[in-house]
Amino acid sequence: MKVAVASSGGDLNAPVDMRLGRCANIIVVDTDTMDFEVYSNPGALAGTGAGVAAAQVVANAGAEAVVAGNFGINSLRGFKSGGIAAYVGSGTVRQAVQALVDGELQPVE
Amino acid sequence: MSERSKPTVSVAAGKGGTGKTLFATSLAVALTEIHPGQVQLIDCDVEEPNADILLHPQITQRAPVDVLVPQVDLDICTRCGLCAEHCQFSAIAVIRDAVLTFPDLCAACGVCAYVCPVDAITEVNRQVGSVAHGSTVRGIEFVQGRLSVGDQRATPVTRATGSCKDDSMITILDAPPGTACPMQETIDFSDYCILVTEPTPFGLANLEHSVETCRRMGIPCGVVINRDQAGRPGVEDYCAREGIDVLLRIPEDREIAEAYARGETLADAFPQWHDELVRVYDDVIEVLSQVTTTSVEE
Repeated sequence: MKVAVASSGGDLNAPVDMRLGRCANIIVVDTDTMDFEVYSNPGALAGTGAGVAAAQVVANAGAEAVVAGNFGINSLRGFKSGGIAAYVGSGTVRQAVQALVDGELQPVE
Repeated sequence: MSERSKPTVSVAAGKGGTGKTLFATSLAVALTEIHPGQVQLIDCDVEEPNADILLHPQITQRAPVDVLVPQVDLDICTRCGLCAEHCQFSAIAVIRDAVLTFPDLCAACGVCAYVCPVDAITEVNRQVGSVAHGSTVRGIEFVQGRLSVGDQRATPVTRATGSCKDDSMITILDAPPGTACPMQETIDFSDYCILVTEPTPFGLANLEHSVETCRRMGIPCGVVINRDQAGRPGVEDYCAREGIDVLLRIPEDREIAEAYARGETLADAFPQWHDELVRVYDDVIEVLSQVTTTSVEE
């Protein structure tokens, strides 16, 4: 499955960003192959609505799950309504994806 | 278009707290003495209106201010996502099968409804503020705009408030501080903008922005120096250099501050200021008549 990870960098070794709405990139990883795509986050430069913009990128990329250090109310509302599972994660993108696959990450309520 | 003898004046200031509302309300009180029943004060600082604290109006009517926001018919919507793609404010999103609108982010531009290929979007009213009407004991017609708590976009409410301007009256618009859209929206209703400043480096720096804004908008402006003190020539020097009229100097005076703290305008507490305030308005009429004459000659 595809999982979107908020990141300040551009590859699997980059750190997971503390915030989804304002992260530099959203890295979408295929958990079966570990292939990934990097999407620039329009929310980083937005005045308001950053979380919504980031959530739209996650949805457009076909991700079923999303990982970041933290989520705001707008992106969470989007994910809950759309049925995309949101998780709190840290470390590198690779570590976060692995932790998700291993069932170690906390879902956001 | 205001009548020539009754130009509409806005009162603005780059820096907050310089005395804009004090001056605007004082001017209204002084003018109403000479022109009873002909003065209108419109408080366009919709995020934090406070002219009522000094004028004590009796409010007789309140009207809502609405903007149009999208409502999506989920049975017609195909989840194509074109609306979300085109929204410049991230106020509408399509997350898998869910379609969400975020009304407090919406700028009411109508693009989503416009681009929808299946006409699934209707635009519906959403209240973002209100405009109150009333009058004061002295017969000043009082209008006050107020943005709803939690809403961010002041401009539609500001515009609705300023639109209550009555061209047959002497209208004074109390603008919000700063030089952003709400201030511009306010002064756009006026023929002349009076900029209230204090003679400090911060006051001067903000005054320069305000002057530039007025110039870019083609609105003649003049300055009132409030809390004036000896030994602080910065603002006067700037005005002299730039050819900007200094219309009035109000000194730094504890008694004025005390009166203000009691909710009294300059004109209420110190009747000797009446003549000066009326003179300011006469000076504005004079300046504007010269401007018009020049244009005609060209």
